[in-house]
Amino acid sequence: MVENKPEISVEALRAGDREVFSRMVDSFSGPIYRLALKMTGIPTSAEDVLQNTFLKAFQHLKDFEGRSSLTTWLYRIASNEALMMLRKQRSEITLSDTAPEDDDNSDYSPLQFTDWCCLPETEFLSSESRVVLDRAVQHLPETQRIVFVLRDIEGLSIHETSQILNLSKAAIKTRLLRARLHLREELSTYYGERLERRR
Amino acid sequence: MNEHEHSKCQSLLGSLSEYLDGTLGKELCVEIERHVAECQNCHIVVDTLRKTISLYHETAAEAGEVPGVVRERLFRTLKLDDYLRH
Repeated sequence: MVENKPEISVEALRAGDREVFSRMVDSFSGPIYRLALKMTGIPTSAEDVLQNTFLKAFQHLKDFEGRSSLTTWLYRIASNEALMMLRKQRSEITLSDTAPEDDDNSDYSPLQFTDWCCLPETEFLSSESRVVLDRAVQHLPETQRIVFVLRDIEGLSIHETSQILNLSKAAIKTRLLRARLHLREELSTYYGERLERRR
Repeated sequence: MNEHEHSKCQSLLGSLSEYLDGTLGKELCVEIERHVAECQNCHIVVDTLRKTISLYHETAAEAGEVPGVVRERLFRTLKLDDYLRH
């Protein structure tokens, strides 16, 4: 998670100080690029999201009133940009290639009951496993994906995530739980097979 | 009988995130732990869900650097060329 850097003065940013702006870009570009990459799964799209986020931030700095933290404000712009990018991608590819829409009435009951926690640690973060972990995030409905990325990848709190997405804490908690359960199912398939091969 | 036909499993499912994040009230934690001790399937769900979350936390802690060329293009787009250093 990115904390507000004490050396980044909001007053200096609003006054148009380019040097302070460049330090803000360096402080926040890592987490924002990571968020964009997890959301879109495509490096060039993630780069577009990164650039658009800071272009928008620069354009709207004068409107930033400091009611939320700089971190929350930037994550809000980045989240909106990432979701807009996904909508754009969705309109360019066939529906069958996209992640499913979130459905409040879906049943999220667990289906897989293989205990794969006993696998050796080397199995969990192998290069193949990392591809599976990333792909599983891409399979989440967008509304769950953004909540999961902000909360479990970026390490933001439920409160911060609700502020960024302008959703109630209850809605954030529901989407987070569904995302986590969805990922657990997908990882259970993969690690369950790995376990089977070792037997 | 399949243990996951039990209504208890379903009712506790909604609290699992908060349980694993350590933000759930003590009474519900005790209820979950008591149930999990008796229900093998729920025990597995809790353990594998905890592992799932921890794997993503681990990968997140390792990542976060912007590739050099991406940073360079970003600075040029923002007309911050003068501040491109290191």
